[in-house]
Amino acid sequence: MPLVEVEDLCVEFGPTSAPAIAVDHVSFALDEGEIVGLVGESGSGKSVTALALLGLIEFPGRVDAKRMTFAGHDLLHLSGAERRRLIGKDLAMIFQDPIASLDPCYTVGYQITEALAEHGSEAERRDGGARRLRAIELLEQVEIPDAAARLRAFPHQLSGGMAQRVMIATAIACNPRLLIADEPTTALDVTIQAQVLTLLERLAHERNMTLLLITHDLAVVAETAQRVLVMYAGQHVETGPVPDIFDAPRHPYTQALLAALPEHNLDRERLRAIPGHVPGAYDRPPACLLAPRCPYAVARCSAEAPAMHGPPGRASRCHFPLDDAGRPTHGWSAAERVAAT
Amino acid sequence: MSDPAPLLRVHDLARHYHVSRGFMRKTATVRALDGVSFDLATGSTLAVVGESGCGKSTLARQVTMIEHPDAGSIVLDGHDIAHASAMTRRRLRPLVQMVFQNPYASLNPRKRIETLLTEPLRIQGDGDAAEHRRYPHMFSGGQRQRVAIARALMLHPRLVVADEPVSALDVSVQAQVLNLLMDLQQDLGIAYLFISHNLSVVRHIAGTVLVMYLGRAVEYGPKRQIFAQPAHPYTRALLAATPVLAPRRGRERGSLGGELPSPLNPPSGCAFHKRCPFAVARCSTEVPGPTRIGEVEVACHRASEIN
Repeated sequence: MPLVEVEDLCVEFGPTSAPAIAVDHVSFALDEGEIVGLVGESGSGKSVTALALLGLIEFPGRVDAKRMTFAGHDLLHLSGAERRRLIGKDLAMIFQDPIASLDPCYTVGYQITEALAEHGSEAERRDGGARRLRAIELLEQVEIPDAAARLRAFPHQLSGGMAQRVMIATAIACNPRLLIADEPTTALDVTIQAQVLTLLERLAHERNMTLLLITHDLAVVAETAQRVLVMYAGQHVETGPVPDIFDAPRHPYTQALLAALPEHNLDRERLRAIPGHVPGAYDRPPACLLAPRCPYAVARCSAEAPAMHGPPGRASRCHFPLDDAGRPTHGWSAAERVAAT
Repeated sequence: MSDPAPLLRVHDLARHYHVSRGFMRKTATVRALDGVSFDLATGSTLAVVGESGCGKSTLARQVTMIEHPDAGSIVLDGHDIAHASAMTRRRLRPLVQMVFQNPYASLNPRKRIETLLTEPLRIQGDGDAAEHRRYPHMFSGGQRQRVAIARALMLHPRLVVADEPVSALDVSVQAQVLNLLMDLQQDLGIAYLFISHNLSVVRHIAGTVLVMYLGRAVEYGPKRQIFAQPAHPYTRALLAATPVLAPRRGRERGSLGGELPSPLNPPSGCAFHKRCPFAVARCSTEVPGPTRIGEVEVACHRASEIN
């Protein structure tokens, strides 16, 4: 049984009459111990999906789903007390800007032991000395040199990479089964990014911890994840194992996103940019959200919203999913094409 | 690189900042730029690459005449702007314009686009009069960055210093803005000093690359050779650490140990020696000078051995 199951997750903000749709019927499942990349551009609903999973979308935001479970717990109908027992213990999250996510007024040691005092083993909850020893052990696990001395450091005394390691130590303190990492290396330099990604991978592997890696950087996903979920404007548009998504994307958006990267334009003068821009809250296309920007769009694409379909684990949200050569299938004909605006 | 009269010639440029470390304590010196030299020809692109604190932005502040360097020379179109009078600098400023990283912060939200630039979107060939009367918040990130670029071009500069111009943009928009920058270069013959940490963007847009580490140039030369055969151990580490757009299939991620050293207290000798896999005793005592390997200048004692 998967560790996390989400079916038809919707998140809306603003007035019910004209809501801003942040997440639009997203379904996915995460298995124990797997590393899954959640990719998409700004405003595609990646972070909101993660926050909804943790129950951190506050009123007036509205979360609705057919099903949202974590290891048998129904995340939609948890009481406050039940949620507090789960979040921070079995589900943990780290964020993009580590310096901003740590409290500047407290030492690193205090912030790590805080979670242990609430969720730790019985000895740890009772005894500050045991918590301190565990905190040192955690800092050593995230490869912070001179861990005992670092416990007394304040966040401003840490570099970005060190602060992100402290965040990771805090998140893994109670042995979570799911760690959500929201752009964990975006604020870091590239050599430090490599260190932090290697660390996250090692921890996930050693602890059989599920890692949901949210990022806009396709190369980070290609190197780290086993499976990818691609999101566009709040919708989940494609899913698949890492090699397949990068070698033969099924959805035109994934194809265009990959083609726009400078790495794929080495011998070209101009980059293959995607025309137009990501639809916002007030200019959502009626049917397929990519239709106005899609090179393959035909009349059907602006009349009928496509559903996720395809073989298990390799579905895409397109009427005419692309084949291995990158050409649309299912009876698509170039003659019917509507020029992209 | 031996162009007789490049648009911009920077020689042995240094900029040191004095920072207070607290009451009654001696001020410390940050050698933000410590002897950097390069040439930039008309209509070409030099990319400056490096991690936080390597002096990329300090370099931009010297070239754009926002600050006075402490030593060295900057010759722009035949004038030494490092030693020029305030009047000359003022006269030369229109030649150099700047585009910043964050288009959300670099445009005044209370001013209309029309005010921000008087003949704005015409330069890009799109947009109508209605767009002049809008405010920055009505534009998306990519559009704002275009406005920022248009504003930089208002005075017909010969050199545009672009400090991480696409880092805040999404992949699809990033491609649009990079295309725009390259088109403008072709049409107007502008030279770019392109500051970036994103090596794949640099590989696309640059002709020449300058790799910096803690205020010093470690490698400088044509893009082709730097990407094909990086000569300096730091350039190699940077390239190895950059995620590649291909599933790893068991390949090890090249990672460099250690942290970036504090610019307040840089290591002695070669600043990179504590993280360098090739370091020998000499590296910790002696600052390496430039050595030539092919068309590239490398600051490494062991450059000829390891290449």
